[in-house]
Amino acid sequence: MHELAITEGVVAAVAERVPGARVTSVRLEIGAMSGVVADSVRFCFDLVTEGTNLEGANLEIIEPAARCLCRTCAAEFSPDWPILLCACGSADVAVLSGQDMRILSVEVA
Amino acid sequence: MCATCGCAGDGAVVHGAAGGHDHGHDHAHDHAHVVPHGDARTVQLQQKVLAKNDGIAAGTRAWLAKRGVGMLNLMSSPGAGKTTLLEGTARALAGTLDIAVIEGDQETALDASRISAAGCRVVQINTGSGCHLDAAMVARGLDELGPAPGSAVVIENVGNLVCPALFDLGEAHRVVLAAVTEGPDKPMKYPQMFRQADLVLLTKVDLLPYVEFDTGRYAADLARVNPSAGVIQLSATTGEGMGTWLTWLTAAARCEPRPLPPGRG
Repeated sequence: MHELAITEGVVAAVAERVPGARVTSVRLEIGAMSGVVADSVRFCFDLVTEGTNLEGANLEIIEPAARCLCRTCAAEFSPDWPILLCACGSADVAVLSGQDMRILSVEVA
Repeated sequence: MCATCGCAGDGAVVHGAAGGHDHGHDHAHDHAHVVPHGDARTVQLQQKVLAKNDGIAAGTRAWLAKRGVGMLNLMSSPGAGKTTLLEGTARALAGTLDIAVIEGDQETALDASRISAAGCRVVQINTGSGCHLDAAMVARGLDELGPAPGSAVVIENVGNLVCPALFDLGEAHRVVLAAVTEGPDKPMKYPQMFRQADLVLLTKVDLLPYVEFDTGRYAADLARVNPSAGVIQLSATTGEGMGTWLTWLTAAARCEPRPLPPGRG
């Protein structure tokens, strides 16, 4: 359950960036290929924020789909995870997006 | 001033009008962008969640490169044979390659005792409730080990095919073990792990006559998830494949071109 460590990382990073402020809302981006389950982060969030300046904060998670670029035919496509295969048959692809996990913004009171 | 987006360097930057702050940029920040929004303020962070871990890992990678130390991150499910492989590796390369080991387990120093008995310097990290090693743990382990220039460090990660895949530890290579007793479907079931592997070691192949395991199909499935991973079929019991593995490891540790094993099945 790495989502617990991930959520702890989110809370620590927010506390560091807006020290002392009461945080009322957190916006996260969790890419479809990031390896993190958004529902598990939601589950951990209330537990991890208890007693911190994020306690009671609303959690909004956006989950962008993955995009890939085929190095063989240069087509851009949404992969059928877990197989990153272009329609042309090539498996030589670069992942353009969908792997990131980012704290986008927070609302402070 | 932030060289990339031009905002003030330290502390918060007020962009004036409420809302509508579309400021997508990817560079790392240690300062926040603040947009007033009624009574509340929106603070733009745009920070990678694993930024702290990745920063430590990058520092470790640079430190190892400067020292000429090759570090591998060995990952698998529990019981795939990581420790047995390391014991055999340490004994086979004694006097040839100086190997130090960072052992990750939730509890006990059982593996560290086995590795130590095989002649390696070893640091045991117990993660307690944690399911993976992170870059800070490995950095502390390296401080304790103090690997000599030209040596190799092998991290035996916590047995788990899910969580360790996400955490960069500063390693030069990722090696994933999969035992034939686990069944052939693991690359498809755990793509995150197998997609990042430089090398897959198919272990316990001496048991192939007794289990249903189609090595050809396994290799094909792995190639669908990770077309560039090399595969070595290996048995620490009979020694099959050990020579290929030792050659690969020695080259990887010395940051030389690594001879990839022939074929995939």
